[in-house]
Order: sequence, then structure tokens, then C-alpha cells
Amino acid sequence: MSAPVIAAQGLTKRYGKATVVDGITFDVAKGEIFGLLGPNGAGKTTTILMMLGLTEVSGGEIRVLDHDPVRDPLAVKRRVGYLPDQVGFYDNLTAADNLAYTARLMGIPARERAKRLSDALARVRLADVAEKRVATFSRGMRQRLGLAEIVMKGAEIAILDEPTSGLDPQATIEFLEMIEGLKREGVTVLLSSHLLDQVQRVCDRVALFQGGRIVLMGTVAELARQVLGAGFVVEVEADAATDLVARFAAIPGVNSVARSGTDRYRLTADRDVRPEAARAVVAANGALRRLSVDDPSLGAIYARFFQRQASLEEGARDAA
Amino acid sequence: MRREGSPWQGLGPVFVKELSDHISSVRMLVLEILIIVIACAVVYVAIDGIRQTTAEDPFILLKLFTTGGSSPLSLLVILGFLIPLMAIALGFDAVNGEHNGRTMSRILSQPIYRDALLAGKFLAGLATLAIALLCLWLLVVGLGIIFLGVPPGGEEVARSLVFLLITLAYAGTWLALAILLSIVFRSAATAVLVALGLWLFLRLLWPLMVPGFASLISPPDPRYVLFGLPTPATVEWEHMLRSISPNELFNGAAISLLAPDTRAIGTVYMSQLQGAIMGSPLPLSESLAIAWPQAVALIAGVIVLFVAGYVVFQRQEVRA
Repeated sequence: MSAPVIAAQGLTKRYGKATVVDGITFDVAKGEIFGLLGPNGAGKTTTILMMLGLTEVSGGEIRVLDHDPVRDPLAVKRRVGYLPDQVGFYDNLTAADNLAYTARLMGIPARERAKRLSDALARVRLADVAEKRVATFSRGMRQRLGLAEIVMKGAEIAILDEPTSGLDPQATIEFLEMIEGLKREGVTVLLSSHLLDQVQRVCDRVALFQGGRIVLMGTVAELARQVLGAGFVVEVEADAATDLVARFAAIPGVNSVARSGTDRYRLTADRDVRPEAARAVVAANGALRRLSVDDPSLGAIYARFFQRQASLEEGARDAA
Repeated sequence: MRREGSPWQGLGPVFVKELSDHISSVRMLVLEILIIVIACAVVYVAIDGIRQTTAEDPFILLKLFTTGGSSPLSLLVILGFLIPLMAIALGFDAVNGEHNGRTMSRILSQPIYRDALLAGKFLAGLATLAIALLCLWLLVVGLGIIFLGVPPGGEEVARSLVFLLITLAYAGTWLALAILLSIVFRSAATAVLVALGLWLFLRLLWPLMVPGFASLISPPDPRYVLFGLPTPATVEWEHMLRSISPNELFNGAAISLLAPDTRAIGTVYMSQLQGAIMGSPLPLSESLAIAWPQAVALIAGVIVLFVAGYVVFQRQEVRA
């Protein structure tokens, strides 16, 4: 892994006595999509604002592209694009005029401006409404216009705060595709969301926020192993004369085998045991009809994690 | 800790955008029409009066600003009344409008400091007011030349241009106040109500309250009361308290420039009248010396109010 583009070390934000972000430490590598997950008010947006130097840091350290956003916010903001939660534009101006204003603020040279602007609008498929006033735009179009701004900036890091909340399914899919397009160009993406399946679909790694702390961090598979225990559930549907349960149980790595119905088996294992399971069915002269593995869902991880936390708290209260 | 990068980066684009917003806005159009129609009417009536009564006056052009002819309203009174209204209209939603339109965090994530945003907005408002005032000035001088048939003398033009600058400082005070209120209050309606409330208070109530406060601070001397004379100390206090209102400062400075025979603003002492030929005009430099304290107070008001807004804005959180 190359040097991280974002590195936070014990980052803390306090408002008066309330600690909103409580000593978080994380690294984001170049070119990955990093997800910030967690309920509203967990400190995700505040963390983002600290990365951009838009709010003061109370403690700890953060470096973005090897700059200190507290001391040198302009250097950071020149290379980082930010799409805020529920982004707004000047309603009385056209889409192109809105971008032209930010292009000037970005300091894009006049001769490049028109080209970069129209390229960016084409990228997010808004070229045909460029001369329409933003007041007429739907929420999805506004989000895309916000993304066009990041494309126009040529940002190395794109920070997207709740970019898909409130979008219809079609717009969401399109938007996620555009995010993956950014990744293909080598842009590092930081995505904050509470919509788990979307985060799971696009993110390489996620950090789960709760009460201002990062409680879990890693790839989805890693989190599944941490939270759900054994990571893989393999479902087999097969007919066989002999008893398959014993054969499945003999496969190394399988922790348990459950039989449901006459021909369905559910294997819980530490790793993906599909090849071995298929071999076992064939060896027993059985007919293999279906073989599938459940991807651990972030939703399940999330639910289980908070469940466990709640029961731990209850235990602690009882003990007290 | 020093921040890096220029605080003025982005000032130009913000200034140009805000100026074009102001000039093309319906709000400004209405106010400009209002001012120009009223001003033309007042000047026309004044010209009528001047034609009938004035025989010979070296400063006949300046009379256009100070006399109302048959009506009690002069251009000076109208300006003192309407300029705050115009300045408030330009500034009351300067900052909270960005918050409410959710454009603030998007704009501030561009490589600019907040300084540039605030200064750009203020300067654009001031420039708009300057353009409007200059148009008005040209209009008045033009009407004067057409209907009175007297070409303006050099000193008259100089005096009226200095008056224009003082009017601009007066407008700037109200603009800075309106912008300060737009920073403090998140709702534009609250900001405009508070601004108009202050305007009405300073315009109508404060002059009525001043004598009471003055005699509280410095009770009238019975020796003066005995002769039915005002106590000098009390009168001094009255004058000072009255000067809290920008309108009073503006009037004082404007009169001393537009009426060249003005020898003092407020209390006139015997020493000032010694050797004076009543009704004879003072040279421009002397009039400037008389207007100087008022002008400086107005400019100081602009700076103090702007700095107050700046400090509050720098400490404000970006998120709503």
C-alpha cells in the first residue's frame, strides 16, 4: 500500500463539553473507496469538515494529501472535491453559470474553463440542461451537478456526504456507477452514508462510526468475520442416496451442518468451501442442483453489532 | 498558528458574481426606480422654488440638494431616509441566504477563505450603492443645468462629490449593519425585521429620547434655567448622544458641505462667531474641517460593523 492520502491520528472535535468526534484514527489509501458508516449524529460530517479545514480541530492531527487542513486549507481544498449533504446551488442561475462561478473560485484559467465545464457536464449527463435554471432541477440532477463540480476541479480526492439519500432507485444506481467511474480514473473516494447496501456495493473498506468513535474498520469480509463469527454460509441443494451431513461435516473448515427439508443443507464455515462441498456430493453419487454462498451483508453486520452492544450495555448495567 | 495562502484569493469572482446579482435583481430595480422617481420629483419642486425666490447665489447647484422649494422634503432628507432602506435590502440576506440555499459549504470547500466571501459581498453591495448614487448625482446635476441654465462651478462640483462620498459612507454603515445581522440571524426575515426596527428606532425614537438622557447624565444648571437658557454641558451631551444615529452624522456632514455658510454642527460658541460675517460662505477646506468628525465617525462605523460581522462569521459553523 502506498502512502495514505488521508491520515487521521486521534482526531477530536468538541463543542463545549460535548465531544462529537472522539479520538478517531484512520488511513485512506490512494485510489480506494472508503465508506464512513453510522447513524445520523455519529460524527461523520464533522470528520469530513475537519478534513477540509471547514471546522476547527480540537485535538489530534489530520493530514490530507500531506497538507495540514488547519494551517493550509487552500492547498487541501484545491485538490479535494466536496459534495455536501443536500447540496445547494444558486437557483436563479443556470447549471453552467453555477459551475462557471465555482470554476472561477477554483482559479481555473479562463481559456480552459469552458472546455472543462462542458466536459464535466457531459460526464454526468447534464449537457442538454446546461442552460436551464437550477430551480427546475430534481434532487438527482442537483447531486449530479455537484459531482460535475468535482470532476471539473480534477480533484484527487472526492468527499461525498450522503450522496444518495433521497434519490430514487434508478438515480441511485446511476450515481453509484458514476462514483465507480471516478475510482477507475484513480480518484480516491470518501463516501459517507447510512444506506448500507449501497456502501457495500461500492466501498473497498468501511469505518463504522458510533458516538464519535470508529467502532469497526476494514473490508466487509473482515467485518463479517469480526462480528458475525464464521464468515461463510454455503447452501447446498442435492439428492443423494447416502447421508450427506456426515460428509459435509468432514470437510476441513466447516463448523456446522444443518439439514432443512429433505435435500437442503446449510454449511457454516470459516472459508468458502463450495469446491469441497461439490466434490463431496459428487463422491456420494448425488445430484447437485444448487450451490451458493451467502455474501455477508453489511446490514446483518450492522444489526448484529448494535444488538451485541446493547446486550453488553445491559449486562454492564445488571452487574452494576 | 498562521494560516497559509492569500485571504484575497477568490475575492474578484465573488465581487463580480454578487454585483451582477444585485444589478440584475428585481429588488434592486424596484428600489432604484423608487429613489429616482422620488428624487426627480423633489428636485423638480426644488428647482421651481429656487427659480421664484433666489436672486443670485454662487452655490445654486448645491441648493438643489438642500431645499425642497414649496415642500418640506429636500433631496437630503429623502436620501437620509431611503438610503438605509436600500442598503438593508442589499445586505439582509447576504450570508444567511447562502446558508439557507445550502450553498455555503459548497462555496467554502473551494480554495478560498471566508474573508474573500464576506469582503466580496460587502464590496459588491457598496459598489451597487455607489453606482446608484452616482447616477442620481448625474441626474440632479443634469436637471439643474437644464432647468436653471447655470453651469456648475468647480467648487460646487467638488463639494457635491465629497457629499457623494459621505453619502456612500452613510450607505456603507447600513450595509455593514445589514450584513452583520445576516450573519447573526439564520432567518432572513428576522434579519430584515431587526434592521428595519433599528432604522426606525434611530430615525424616529432616538431623537425624542435624547433630551431626556442628556438631562439625566448632566442635569441642567439652575443658574441657566433661571434665565431660561439651556445649560451648555447638557446641550453638549445632547449633541453627542444624537450623533449615535448615523442619520444625524450624515446630516451634519452633508449640511456643512452643501451649505457653505455652515460654521459649526451642533452647538455654536461665541468664539466661533467672532469676526464672522453671517451668511458668507466658508472655503471648501474649512467646510471639510467642519464635516471631518462626522465623516470619520461614519467611516469608523462602517469598519466597526464590518469587523464585528467578520469576527462572528469566522467563528460560525459551516453546517446549518
